[in-house]
Amino acid sequence: MKNPFENLDKILEHRLRLQIVSVLSANESYDFNALKELLAATDGNLATHLKALEREKYISVNKSFVDRKPNTRYKVTERGRNAFKKHLDAMEELIKQQRK
Amino acid sequence: MKPNTAYEEDIQSIRSLMERSVKFLSLSGLSGVLAGVYALLGASLAYTIIYQPATPFDYHDQGIKEITITYRLILIAVGVLVASLATGYAMALRKSKKLGTKIWDTTSKRLLINLSVPLLSGGIFILILLMQGYYLIAVPASLIFYGLALINASANLFDEVRYLGYTEIILGLISAVFMGYGLYFWTFGFGVLHIVYGLVMYKKYDQ
Repeated sequence: MKNPFENLDKILEHRLRLQIVSVLSANESYDFNALKELLAATDGNLATHLKALEREKYISVNKSFVDRKPNTRYKVTERGRNAFKKHLDAMEELIKQQRK
Repeated sequence: MKPNTAYEEDIQSIRSLMERSVKFLSLSGLSGVLAGVYALLGASLAYTIIYQPATPFDYHDQGIKEITITYRLILIAVGVLVASLATGYAMALRKSKKLGTKIWDTTSKRLLINLSVPLLSGGIFILILLMQGYYLIAVPASLIFYGLALINASANLFDEVRYLGYTEIILGLISAVFMGYGLYFWTFGFGVLHIVYGLVMYKKYDQ
């Protein structure tokens, strides 16, 4: 029998990173400030984890200017979406096993 | 590796976040009920304007009368729309304070765009047709475009809104078959249906 822990995604084990990817999976795109508000995170903390997700190519970044103010929008990539699905399946499997 | 309860918490937070980030939860079902009441009031006003007994003097300027009636009916429809939107906004503001959420965020902006594209194009389309004298098309077209707008915006709203949208479209198509009974269909679509669906949503989400 295979161990479901192996299927857990190391990057997404972190709560905030998992939350970011879940919001981006449910929406076409989301900008930094809206994410910050929704997740009640600090600038620094959110930026760090966004960087980590970007480095793994789980999300893509698009910087632009809206009314002369910098606006950073994030999207989940195909790779990120697959990782998110696999991680969800693994968590589900774990919880099922626990309940047996 | 984390303890299993942590994974359950993870899933819980994902579920709530995905819903909160997509759906505009501040919409109050009661504002739907009130919109329906306004529509009923507007429809009864329209009824008296259209079917008021004609005096002998009216007979001569039938053409002019028709135009003023149309303008008055448009005015009533716009009045109902503005009153409904204002009520909806005021009640959403109140509910969002209670829920501790912001009323003006990414979701509500998206909702507004999704709603206004079909609504505005339909509204302008109907106005153009009215100006060209196609009065009978107004009711079916407004019901159908309104239904399309609701379905287009339903991703950001409660599921019931989508069903309301389908119902409005079906009603609009039926009313196109029975031309001339427009006011009754309009009253049912914008009055009765809003009250019924508003009550369902109020029972389900506001209590």
